[in-house]
Amino acid sequence: MELDSVMLSRILTASTLMFHAIFATIGVGIPIFIMIAEFLGIKRKDADLLVLARRWARGYTITVAVGVVTGTAIGLQLSLLWPSFMQLAGQVIALPLFMETFAFFFEAIFLGIYLYTWDRFKNRWYHWLLTIPVVIGSTLSAFFITSVNAFMNFPQGFDLVDGETVNIEPLAAMFNPATWPKVFHVVMSSYMTAAFILAAIAAFAILRKNGSDYHKKALRITMIAGLVFASGTALAGDLSAKYLAEYQPEKLAAAEWHFETETNADLILFGTIDEEGVVSNELRIPGMLSFLSGNSFDTEVIGLNEFPEEEQPPLWIHYAFDIMVGIGMFSLLISGAFIFLMLFKRFNEWNKPLLWSIVASGPLAMVAIECGWVLAEVGRQPWIMRGFMTVEEGATTSGDVGIALVMFILLYIVLAVFCVTVLTKMFKNRPPEAEVEKRYPNGIKE
Amino acid sequence: MSLEVLGISVLWVFLYGYLIIASIDFGAGFFAYYARITKREHIMSKLISRYLSPVWEVTNVFFVFFFVGLIGFFPDTAYYLGTALLLPGSVAIILLSIRGAFYAFGNYGVSNNTFFLFLYGATGLLIPASLSTALTISEGGFLEETENGVQFLAGELFTSFYSWSVVLLAIVSVLYISASFLTFYAHRAEDVDSRQIMRKFSLFWSAPTILASFLVFLSLQQHNPEHFEKALDLWWMFGLSFIFFLIATILVYMKKNYGIAFIAVMLQFFFAFFGYGASHLPYIVYPYVTITGSVVNETMGTALVVVFIAGLLLLIPSLFLLMRLFLFDADYVKGKK
Repeated sequence: MELDSVMLSRILTASTLMFHAIFATIGVGIPIFIMIAEFLGIKRKDADLLVLARRWARGYTITVAVGVVTGTAIGLQLSLLWPSFMQLAGQVIALPLFMETFAFFFEAIFLGIYLYTWDRFKNRWYHWLLTIPVVIGSTLSAFFITSVNAFMNFPQGFDLVDGETVNIEPLAAMFNPATWPKVFHVVMSSYMTAAFILAAIAAFAILRKNGSDYHKKALRITMIAGLVFASGTALAGDLSAKYLAEYQPEKLAAAEWHFETETNADLILFGTIDEEGVVSNELRIPGMLSFLSGNSFDTEVIGLNEFPEEEQPPLWIHYAFDIMVGIGMFSLLISGAFIFLMLFKRFNEWNKPLLWSIVASGPLAMVAIECGWVLAEVGRQPWIMRGFMTVEEGATTSGDVGIALVMFILLYIVLAVFCVTVLTKMFKNRPPEAEVEKRYPNGIKE
Repeated sequence: MSLEVLGISVLWVFLYGYLIIASIDFGAGFFAYYARITKREHIMSKLISRYLSPVWEVTNVFFVFFFVGLIGFFPDTAYYLGTALLLPGSVAIILLSIRGAFYAFGNYGVSNNTFFLFLYGATGLLIPASLSTALTISEGGFLEETENGVQFLAGELFTSFYSWSVVLLAIVSVLYISASFLTFYAHRAEDVDSRQIMRKFSLFWSAPTILASFLVFLSLQQHNPEHFEKALDLWWMFGLSFIFFLIATILVYMKKNYGIAFIAVMLQFFFAFFGYGASHLPYIVYPYVTITGSVVNETMGTALVVVFIAGLLLLIPSLFLLMRLFLFDADYVKGKK
């Protein structure tokens, strides 16, 4: 691997995106849980749930801050590291990038109001109403940014004549075939990840302290939502596979180690591959890849053989795919199990193995998010704008990327360390039960 | 009005908005730190945090809005400025990140951490310095186009008199704008002690602001005579700017009408900033990028304008609500809510 400015730019962009993805996912996912907790809290006049919403919101502000600053970083790095790409893509896809700033602006304003007006309204429902623009703003941000990413995968809405972009249709570029499956996948998986992270915290607290009602309520809410959103994510994954099979077959083929175009194609799970491209130790499900691609075993799935070697994505993305799907299935299973045990009273949903599995599911969900983005981005290689510009052509010619890379890595380490420290300090030795007692000594009155 | 003039005007308005709000924010960080180390914290920091806490993210968005809009309306700037600004831009992002993150860590998380406050105060002065290099580079002389692409001449920038005079102006303006606003805010809050301190600051920084502005003019004459000539044609804008400076300073000196004084400060910077911007045209990056040569295709340009108007219709009421709840709610300002 040669560390030229192209490779360094890729490493820096990957570092920023992988760090930002953590906070962006939390940023999109958590507001909906704050909304649910406050809603139930007001409706049931339950002080526990109001304190739950408050504490989630308080932790959320810390992660939002890191999300905002790393989001600013990636926004600027697009131009700093990929100037030629932005010069070309700016002509066609500037619209959603521009709209994203508005969506974020909208979210930032209402989040600021929400955080500082907990006790300023006589009618609590007014305060709850403020969560609506926050949820809409954060979800719309995800939508707009994902549509830019979708455009990189399936650029359309323009013609390229002698290096000039003509016949530009901003809406066609924004609503390309990749947009809906990707947006659905990103939004659902963010909600899902937020659910499992919050569930993991609650489960951990129950294991440590034998569990008060406060944590049990939190775990019930997040597990029910977790099952819903994990199912939604699975559906979105299925739609993504169908999109790939139709529009971006080389990505699907590389992720699935599918080398020859055929019908009744097998789905390969796990396994390893050697230098000659021989797959071993795999689990083969006959015809399943065809079925996933088009709901029929007769669907023809295009193989990597149809693409010149220099346009094939690296085959190691298969591992990222396996991990992502494996964790998704695991999450479905444990949230399903929890709810099953909860519904039938003679079982105990608070058993230790299940609680420990839930604790594991939080970090694992984030691992799945990272693997999903690695799969999405590396699977597009060698293109930065598929079919029009390679990553190499888009990169900066500056010789200073190395220094910038070192500075940013240090920044991310510092932010990560302080973020974790501050979050720990925020909640350690400040039990929610005491906060409930302090804030609502007489329960909730009208 | 042609698309490119409309586009650059809108962007310049946003950059002006950022200049004012961010200056208040950056300067406030410095004053908060200053109050801590001179043990006058109990007086001022409450005032500062009441104003800042709800709005800091909004400040950041103004900045993001400006550069996303710039690339949207003038994609060629991404190529030239993107290549040139890799290092100064990275430094600015890192400082902004440290500032934003540590503000949140300190304010929502662990309280009373002097180190966090130091980072917050110091970055408040370093960020304007590093961001101002983008404007300096746009004057030309710091870029070279070779067959390997655009090269940034960092050595030239660090040894340029013009570059340092801009840095100086950026820092003193931040302190001056911020002190003027906080004087007004302290007055609204009926916080006499804070008002006295902030009033002294705003008078203290007024003369350096004007001196630094003259310095920038002088060095611009050497650095980019063409721009300097065009600025002289717009002498009346800079004249108005100076008149508003006098109004503001006199009002603050006479302890009268702090609100009007702050509006005069805003107008002082409005005329100077737009005079500078208008005389900079048609160049965005001298001499490589002009607004006419780099403007985005008409379809996208129109779409951006439509979205912009729709966005404003959404944002103005929201911003109004934010201001009503925090900035202009007398009880909140006084700390009763």
